[in-house]
Amino acid sequence: MPALGADMEAGTIIEWLVKPGDAVRRGDIIAVVDTEKATIEVEVFETGVIQNIVVGKGEKVPIGTVLALIRTDGEAVLPPTEIKPKPVAAPPPIPPRPPTPPRIEKPPLAEVPPITPHRLRVSPLAMRAALDLKVDLSTVKGTGPDGAIIKADIERAAKAAVAAPPATPAHPTAPAVEAAVTPAPSAPSAEGPKLVPPRKPTIAPADRQAAMRKAIAAAMAHSKREIPHYYLGAHIDMSRAMTWLQAENLKRMVTERLLYSVLLLKAVALAVREIPEMNGFWTDGAFKPGAAIHVGVAISLRQGGLIAPAIHDVDKKSLDQIMVNLRDLVKRVRAGVLRSSEIADATITVTSLGEQGVEAVFGIIYPPQVALVGFGKIAERPWAFNGMIGARPVAMASLAADHRASDGHRGALFLAAIDRLLQEPEKL
Amino acid sequence: MTDEQIKTLVLDELGKIAPEIALDQIDPAVDLRDQIDLDSMDFLNLMIAIHEATGVDIPEADYPKMASLDGCVVYLRSRIKEA
Repeated sequence: MPALGADMEAGTIIEWLVKPGDAVRRGDIIAVVDTEKATIEVEVFETGVIQNIVVGKGEKVPIGTVLALIRTDGEAVLPPTEIKPKPVAAPPPIPPRPPTPPRIEKPPLAEVPPITPHRLRVSPLAMRAALDLKVDLSTVKGTGPDGAIIKADIERAAKAAVAAPPATPAHPTAPAVEAAVTPAPSAPSAEGPKLVPPRKPTIAPADRQAAMRKAIAAAMAHSKREIPHYYLGAHIDMSRAMTWLQAENLKRMVTERLLYSVLLLKAVALAVREIPEMNGFWTDGAFKPGAAIHVGVAISLRQGGLIAPAIHDVDKKSLDQIMVNLRDLVKRVRAGVLRSSEIADATITVTSLGEQGVEAVFGIIYPPQVALVGFGKIAERPWAFNGMIGARPVAMASLAADHRASDGHRGALFLAAIDRLLQEPEKL
Repeated sequence: MTDEQIKTLVLDELGKIAPEIALDQIDPAVDLRDQIDLDSMDFLNLMIAIHEATGVDIPEADYPKMASLDGCVVYLRSRIKEA
């Protein structure tokens, strides 16, 4: 179960789009998952053949749980006795999380643990139990055939761990099971995911709304508690950008027109190239630069709540491509169906609350990202230039950035770069 | 296209964009954006939908004339006549 955003604790399988024996390629949509925020199409991160499906339709499982096993090229077919999925009963209630959860060997989603002599032999069922019960496989002694670790071994180890908890006090933000496929750390929770097993395939709108509120609350509280934000703001003269945009849109049919947000997104993405420490994640006590520039766009939902899915590789796309992506994204957000990669891999977020008329927005960083750029309303203001005062469309750009990953000086250069890029809209 | 048809077209489209609003409560004389919290993407989608239904391409400069439901009717009536 991928962590589809920092605020997600568990997801419910609504539908499997593949069955054992199906060949899948990296990027294929293999399952549909319901989270508090939306219905998400889960993309696979491996190419291979589906060996077996571990979590059935209708089941709700915490993030990090193995959903299915995929045999990649060159891997031996497991003996059928080992891969037979048992009919899964109601998921066991998660025991109280031990104060310092033992680190679990990171199990990539949908990857068969290669069965080689120098690796642990673990049955798929045991793998799943280890994730569920948060047991470190390297500490478990296998009692199955050839010393393989079977489910009973995991359960024994879990009981032992609960019986003898370490003496250190609970740390409220100790990371839970590491996200299997995304750099996002799982949302911390003092109480652990609540696994109430009413197996509704979809969540009623009112429930979803309450759940979304809770998810936003958890992520934002986590952000404010953990991230030392610093805030910067700069007024940007938007006259060149708006004049260029009007002239451009005059040439275009209504279906081809651009919104000014597209210019802002592109300018942010190009500025990130210059100041890369705004782009990426703070995980495990260090900054990990983003491999690409995926800009999360905060989109508010009409019924309340918001979601910030990513447009991928914004720096490499034309304004037209970004506009097509943005329209599509807004449409799917409103319809409530998104893809896992969009939800999980934004490397920086942009929020444009100016639409609602506010002059400035000072955002809260969406963990584990390290920066959020906000744009206020574009309004005509007196603007001094060359000793003269004139009226120009002006917007306030703001930056909320993680002081662990960057300093104000770099943040200032970043905002200055956005300003400079917006003065040459034809080059965006 | 009659005024009534234009009105229905615009309201139908607003219903798709903002399914939670009561369409019969909309004051036809008041700015739509003030009544139903439309952002620029919503408004663009409304213009595109009208374009697709009527063939009228509304230039950005004329957007202010489309601000209210009454405005839409008056503007589209004249543009459709031209066509």
